[in-house]
Amino acid sequence: MSDARYAVGIDLGTTHCALSYVDLGKSEREEAVQDLMLVPQLTGPGSVEALPLLPSFLYLPHPDEFPAADLTLPWTGSEGPILGEMARNTGAQTPIRLVSSAKSWLCHPGVDRRAAILPPGAPEEQVSRLSPYEASLRYLAHLRDAWNHEHPYDSLAAQEVTVTVPASFDPAARELTAEAAQAVGLGHLVLLEEPQAALYSWIHDSAGRWRKQVHVGDIILVIDVGGGTTDLSLIAVTEREGALELNRVAVGEHILLGGDNMDLALAHVVNAKLTAAGKSLDPWQIQALTHGCRHAKEALLADPTLEVVPLVVPSRGARLIGGSIRTELTREEVTRTLVDGFFPQVPVNARPAGRSRTALTKLGLPYAQDPAVTRHLAAFLGMQIGATEHLPGFEAEGAGSFLHPTAVLFNGGVFKAGLLAERITQVVNDWLASDDAPPARLLEGGDLDLAVARGASYYGYVRRGGGVRIRGGTARSYYVGVESAMPAVPGLEPPIHALCLAPFGMEEGTQANIPPQEFGLVVGEPVRFRFFGSSVRRDDPVGVLLEDWSELEIEELEEIEANLPAEERTPGEVVPVFLRASVTEVGTLLLEAMPRDGPEHWKVEFNVRSTADE
Amino acid sequence: MSELLSSALNRVLLALNRARPALNRVLLALTAFWHILVDARFAATVVEVMADAETGSSDTPGGEPARLRKAEPNSGLQLLGLLQQQGRFIDFLEEDVGAYSDAEVGAAARVVHEGCKKTLMQHFSIESVRAEAEGARVTIPAGFDSSAVRLTGNLVGQAPFTGSLTHRGWRVTEVRLPQVASGHDLAIVAPAEVEL
Repeated sequence: MSDARYAVGIDLGTTHCALSYVDLGKSEREEAVQDLMLVPQLTGPGSVEALPLLPSFLYLPHPDEFPAADLTLPWTGSEGPILGEMARNTGAQTPIRLVSSAKSWLCHPGVDRRAAILPPGAPEEQVSRLSPYEASLRYLAHLRDAWNHEHPYDSLAAQEVTVTVPASFDPAARELTAEAAQAVGLGHLVLLEEPQAALYSWIHDSAGRWRKQVHVGDIILVIDVGGGTTDLSLIAVTEREGALELNRVAVGEHILLGGDNMDLALAHVVNAKLTAAGKSLDPWQIQALTHGCRHAKEALLADPTLEVVPLVVPSRGARLIGGSIRTELTREEVTRTLVDGFFPQVPVNARPAGRSRTALTKLGLPYAQDPAVTRHLAAFLGMQIGATEHLPGFEAEGAGSFLHPTAVLFNGGVFKAGLLAERITQVVNDWLASDDAPPARLLEGGDLDLAVARGASYYGYVRRGGGVRIRGGTARSYYVGVESAMPAVPGLEPPIHALCLAPFGMEEGTQANIPPQEFGLVVGEPVRFRFFGSSVRRDDPVGVLLEDWSELEIEELEEIEANLPAEERTPGEVVPVFLRASVTEVGTLLLEAMPRDGPEHWKVEFNVRSTADE
Repeated sequence: MSELLSSALNRVLLALNRARPALNRVLLALTAFWHILVDARFAATVVEVMADAETGSSDTPGGEPARLRKAEPNSGLQLLGLLQQQGRFIDFLEEDVGAYSDAEVGAAARVVHEGCKKTLMQHFSIESVRAEAEGARVTIPAGFDSSAVRLTGNLVGQAPFTGSLTHRGWRVTEVRLPQVASGHDLAIVAPAEVEL
């Protein structure tokens, strides 16, 4: 371990970033001395403010748009894109220059994540676009500069940094995030899954009392609904040598469904009312309406006696009184659109409609096609019924039709509306009651916006031996596609078998065994392989060859590519290689091609879309 | 004769003081000398003032005479800009409310209220000066801070004063205005917008 002074946690969120830190020297046992860094950012032209959150928005200004002095930050001149609050506000009026949801693009398997594709609607010759990778890098660079400005003698590069990623991030997105963090100079880096970070934050907030609130045999369901994504995880409580242990046993799929969708849905309902009354709104006003809906929704869901909250869409011109449009949001609309639309009471065997497939669209983000969070949750719990089978102290779920959680932890800004957390709890408890299982307890969390950043810095602290750690490892097993050797049949593709490269639950800093199968790689030519992952096949050892499988069990990921450089070998030569998987100390999956007859290793790349497009 | 002389000199002194206040201390010293010599009451006052100067107590706190200074315009402009951006403050006040119904004015007031409140909460920490409920009987002790508590009505006699609290007062405990880039023109509290 380094001699860092701080453990820093960075929540690199879809809609907001936050940075929290623990003073390692002042912390002892489970008492971590934690703080939140206020992030200086432009809030308007020439105006810099330090705010707890850095909105994950990036604005690419026109050269004539702002005087150079108006974009001055405390630590640099005024070059490059605008980040944070001002980017979000300016971008609402000029969306073609606004980069938003870069993180969702970073894990979009249908695009080259290193290609300058954002903002997607921008005219290419007019706006110099950024790649999803570079956008993430810019957010991290801003946080680094803010930190170094505040701590000139303890640069961020020298601290223990934990960056959080969704539990559902694929290996390529994890690798790109780690690479961006390393590119801005973060030398002591680890990745942490966001739902785990939320649970760490809960542990820290409990000041040691968590041991009284959970028991051996508990299964904690973490439901993290952020601005753009819904992330689910299951954490089981076991015992080893008399001490409680936490095991992350399952993570959900990547679901692009979050609070922003909900506010937008409400805005559409209200906008439809206005359109029916003959009033039309421009995009700026719809943005203002969305903003107003968020507040109105929170008011309605906080106070059950409120039936109607008035909404005013301000005019764009100076005539505020004459030009503003008055409307209202009713309880009935919120209940119908939000509570029943996104959190319907469904039976536990309900499944989301239309799984979003990767190849569908390259222009937009693959948003979840079914907006019902409860249906996604039912699918997750049904699919993960066997998640705790092999843990000591857990009985196989005999009679049940889904995995029974015993406690629920909510995270994400959506749950500021307490009624939504109540609705989910009620739906889950109805499912449990139908299986004659006891209801799940609610674990009271802390700040819904900041828990992930806080949990991340606390994790940096516990990694040094300061408290309980959640065990987990990789949340999937990984397979490479192998063509079966069978006589060619015209018009029939040879069937693909899946060779397991990495088993479920590989811990950081470990290597898998080398599977016996050899692959012939052509020197100097890129070779593609089909690549698969499974979040339920927990027992496949390295080298096992699956001849057929269910689509529900194993999901095809992006292709991977091995490229053998021609040095010391003849181009065109076929080299027999083995493929070996390992998990780096940072927490990324690494695949290497190793020739049978030599000491070399070649990295196998995950994100290879670029060559296909060119 | 002395009365006549001193009043004449007084007038000269005042006129000179008004014209060039800092450059006439020699003349002031001479005049004061004359005054002390001929005017017993004036001499007594000078003794008092000099004693006060030695012990440090005086009518104006800190011993320094209070001076008026020009209010710095920048933070005022900055606040005006923030209120306009978040709460459409200037738009609202510049409009003729007489031309609209109460419902229309009320609707716009919601925008102003929400935005200005957000600005206020974001940039200032505000607490009430007195914690008691309005209408409560309060006793103001001797030596109270007369800028924080204003006595009104039947104001006679000596402290402690007892009365009913009509307004709790507000005190700003913290100001968190954004930093401003040195080249930024704060006089533009809202730029003109042109949609392309």
